[in-house]
Amino acid sequence: MSDISAVSPGLRPVTYRGGGFVPSPRRWVGFMVFVLLILLAEWGTRTGWISQLTLPKPSDVLVTFQSLYDSGLLFKHLGPSLGRLFMGALIGVSAGVSVGVLIGLFTYIRSGMVPLVAAIFPIPKIALLPLFVIWFGIGEGSKYALIAFGTFTPTVVATYGAVDNVDRTLIRMGQSFGLTWFSIVRKIVLPGAMPGILSGLRISLAIAIILLVAAEMLGAEYGIGAYILEAGSLYDLDRLFAGVVILSVLGVLVSASIGLVENRLLKWRV
Amino acid sequence: MNSVCHFYGATEVLRDISVEIPNGRIVCLVGPSGCGKSTILRFLGGLELPTKGEIMQLGDPPEGSLNPLTYVFQDFALLPWRTVRGNISLVLEDHNIRGEKAEAIIDDVLERTKLLDFKNALPKQLSGGMKQRVAIARALAVKPAVMLMDEPLSALDSQTRELLMEDLVSLWTRQPFTAVYVTHNLAEAVRLGHKVVVLSRRPGQVRDIVEIETPLAERKTGHAEMEKVQDKLWDLMRDEARAADEELVNV
Repeated sequence: MSDISAVSPGLRPVTYRGGGFVPSPRRWVGFMVFVLLILLAEWGTRTGWISQLTLPKPSDVLVTFQSLYDSGLLFKHLGPSLGRLFMGALIGVSAGVSVGVLIGLFTYIRSGMVPLVAAIFPIPKIALLPLFVIWFGIGEGSKYALIAFGTFTPTVVATYGAVDNVDRTLIRMGQSFGLTWFSIVRKIVLPGAMPGILSGLRISLAIAIILLVAAEMLGAEYGIGAYILEAGSLYDLDRLFAGVVILSVLGVLVSASIGLVENRLLKWRV
Repeated sequence: MNSVCHFYGATEVLRDISVEIPNGRIVCLVGPSGCGKSTILRFLGGLELPTKGEIMQLGDPPEGSLNPLTYVFQDFALLPWRTVRGNISLVLEDHNIRGEKAEAIIDDVLERTKLLDFKNALPKQLSGGMKQRVAIARALAVKPAVMLMDEPLSALDSQTRELLMEDLVSLWTRQPFTAVYVTHNLAEAVRLGHKVVVLSRRPGQVRDIVEIETPLAERKTGHAEMEKVQDKLWDLMRDEARAADEELVNV
């Protein structure tokens, strides 16, 4: 090769222009972004570049959080909130998956339900809170209902989209081997729709956390939402932010656990 | 199969097709693309109904046959979330065969298709040829009376195809099975078919039926007689194939 380049002066390597478009996970980068933003806020508030009224000092928020933990109030707030989140999301997601599968499988249910779901999807569920209070009472019932209702519609849409995308040849295969209708749904349609259902779940559960705060606006003594609202009405920014941080952490944890479930259930994906 | 006609809307796809599929033989259907070969196979398996004509089974399926008409698909149709073992047990579960009895059947078919070492592999770990072997094993597990094979080797590269053809021949030699084999590859048809049905382009009609008497095990690539049959088939098909190729598709 070397003697070729010696005799032909026009010889040069082909310019590399491939690569890219393949984002891969780097866990510490996400962590660094958080740390950097918090350090920036801390530095800004300490030097007075950011006024105390604009943003509380992160270290003050940490102190507030510490006292919240020490007084035992943290779990008093967190407990009911997690319960509401769990119950509400459980009802909403299981109803959503069932209706989504039915829409994906039956002509008449599809034609009947798709417009209905499209009609209730854009309603801000918070606006219906008074209605839920009348229907389900001021207690836990209305809170479950609000969260369930809010998670229901995105789950339905994600599920029937996922069922539509199940490989039809696999279903034909099931039929050709004489599998029962129920077997085909359970062993072929549901596992095949699982990737779509799980990615829909990410959105539904984030919505559930948003609605949690809204649900606790009415007659909740304890709960993260109640805590934030109380702090907000007193303009106690330290406590407000402590509450917001809890919600964010909750969101990250939920997303991470869906990631774990995906890794376990979807090992088969190429 | 008696004078079957079929229409998709106003398009006539098949016209007056009559074929007899004898027991213990492999019948190959060849024809240009779009002539309705796969449609015929769907009729045979009861996945679709012809507009006119009827498909009749002669006699009862043999004892112990769980699924008399069984498909082998071109794209394998394996469940990606089940292992090789799971994919085969899938078709047994609905016949209430579980546990040891299922295990015995699975081991038997995996042994016959030389897949025992891959029992717990997921489809994504297997090559195309292996996947099709799993699909064949799955078809054998239900003890079919007739295997309906829809271009089973078309998605594979030519070396793998050659290997699998040898496997099919040895499977048949050990234990003859009845099969309808749809292909557009004449070499496959000549190698595996006892009877080759040549279809014309749309509307599909039977152009000719060629019987090949040479035993399967003696057919090798380059076998003089086979070459002759293949040339004859190609003569039958050439013009049809060209015309089919130049046809405009109005879908």
